[in-house]
Amino acid sequence: MRTEHEVSEKKKHHGGHKDREHGRHGNHKEHRKLKRESQIVQIWKRMIKNRVSLVGCIMLAIIFLLVIFAPLLAPYDPNYMDTSALNAAPSAKHLFGADNLGRDILSRLLWGGRSSLLLGFICAIFGLLIGLFFGSIVGYAGKSVDMIVMRLCDVMSSIPGMLMAILISTVMGPGFFNTILAMTVGGIPNSIRGSRAMALKEREMEYLEAAKAMNCSKVKIIFKHMVPNIISPSIVGTTMMIGNSITGASSLSFVGLGIQPPDAEWGAMLSGAKNFMLQHPHEVLFPGLAILITVLATNMIGDGLRDALDPKLKN
Amino acid sequence: MALIEVEHLKKYFNVASGTNHAVDDITMKIEKGRTMGVVGESGCGKSTLGRTIIRLQDPTDGVIRLNGEDITNVSGRKLREVRERMSIIFQDPYSSLNPRMTVEQTIREPLMESRRYNRKEVEEKARELMDLVGIEKRLRLAYPHELDGGRRQRVGIARAIALQPDFIMCDEPVSALDVSIQAQVLNLLMDLQQDFGLAYMFVTHDLSVVRHIADDISVMYLGQLVETAPAKELFKQPLHPYTKALLSAIPSIDISKPMQRVQLKGEITSAINPKPGCRFAPRCPYATEACSQPQTLTEVAPNHFVSCCNIQKI
Repeated sequence: MRTEHEVSEKKKHHGGHKDREHGRHGNHKEHRKLKRESQIVQIWKRMIKNRVSLVGCIMLAIIFLLVIFAPLLAPYDPNYMDTSALNAAPSAKHLFGADNLGRDILSRLLWGGRSSLLLGFICAIFGLLIGLFFGSIVGYAGKSVDMIVMRLCDVMSSIPGMLMAILISTVMGPGFFNTILAMTVGGIPNSIRGSRAMALKEREMEYLEAAKAMNCSKVKIIFKHMVPNIISPSIVGTTMMIGNSITGASSLSFVGLGIQPPDAEWGAMLSGAKNFMLQHPHEVLFPGLAILITVLATNMIGDGLRDALDPKLKN
Repeated sequence: MALIEVEHLKKYFNVASGTNHAVDDITMKIEKGRTMGVVGESGCGKSTLGRTIIRLQDPTDGVIRLNGEDITNVSGRKLREVRERMSIIFQDPYSSLNPRMTVEQTIREPLMESRRYNRKEVEEKARELMDLVGIEKRLRLAYPHELDGGRRQRVGIARAIALQPDFIMCDEPVSALDVSIQAQVLNLLMDLQQDFGLAYMFVTHDLSVVRHIADDISVMYLGQLVETAPAKELFKQPLHPYTKALLSAIPSIDISKPMQRVQLKGEITSAINPKPGCRFAPRCPYATEACSQPQTLTEVAPNHFVSCCNIQKI
């Protein structure tokens, strides 16, 4: 059903193109763009057809909107200390309560989401790109290239991820971008290993040999033919990494590196509040929930995206 | 001058237990517009031979000539040129097409890579090719998994003939297809041969297919060429003991005629670190001591070559 619909939809494009063929040269580009867009639209449609990923998309969209409009939505200045409301429980005045310095937790969540989300997403995307890039090259090339890069990965993963992150933060100094760097590096060996495993499996496929016989360059064989076929599992891993990066960054804040107080950040709020967890559970509950919901939403989207990217599961 | 000339071609692979002599000292000629069938058991090096000839793999030793021109060690721009003049059709139409590329994208690929055509010409050519191999226009944006095996193989064929090569290596192109579709694909290949004067190397283990399509047949056993002859003659008068055994295994539809099977004893030996001489000797009913000497391919009848030292006695 679906396929027929799509074919007929494309036929329309095809017809449209024929009409325009008399026109100027520029129309070709227009035609091309149209088709490209429709492919993205297809993936999008397939994704939101899946209930779970649709819910994930909506959740993430809401989170993003809340965070973007934090200046309008936040009831207080996130760094304003209300000494009359130290450790205040949730009430009409402080919807999510206040922390041990009397700062409004809701406001801090909204503002802190900016750095948390940015950090999580950038780390995950860097991890994905680096993993795919090296993993596919290494998997396709094999032999000594594979040997060297994988041993380097072994060396890297023999240092605990957190230690590595602390090391980098210490050397580079605290700050937003250094935190991103520190969080990304630790995840690289794993993402390379994952992509490489997929590449090894795919390397035996005859279509890569066919591409070689069609005179495709190695770069083209790897990045045009192989990478699109190994990307799906990495995407799920990437959505996991968003959550890991957010919580990982909080560990950095805990040892005094990473994003510096008083700037709000979900992970830092969580680790700052854990000392009063038994007396004032709301102080860990809300930042924890924020991270939980974000990770949940991205995982739901990741699953849907993986399926949507697989042309075989179109129907 | 033959289109493809192969002399003493060798392709060895280093494996854990030694050197695999996948293709060992093979000499053959393929004429323009003709089909060379290559038959043999699984793992006897048929596919490796074909892949080495079209330079998908580098030969260990020997000479390959295309139109008299030595292409054994060409590289860079020259290799690109050579690969445009030779092409390949794969056995498995399921894994030989990129699952994320539409039919049209797949067919366009060689046209774009050749850099001979602009966008518009590529588009036109791709449509012509689809017409030529009989894929309906409506399928041009379909993905491989949406097609049946026969149509997929047609896509593979369109891709292979896109740049009008002189020579196509067909690596068991029909063995993964239903019998009813096999005939269609074979007929398509034969039509294309007539129209474009293509030369095929047709690798298969299906003797009835090779009888149908091939002009000449070469029989391989464990990396060695044991016999090569025009198809009719080979089926009428097989000379090498292995060929005899192989042909006697074809089932007959004439039940009144008693079948005379030559039954081979023993297991197929391995091409890893082989002993010198005829590799078929351990299973051959006529084997003598002379068989352990290196064998030469000798012409026993016009264009009929056999590699067997006891051929006079058999």
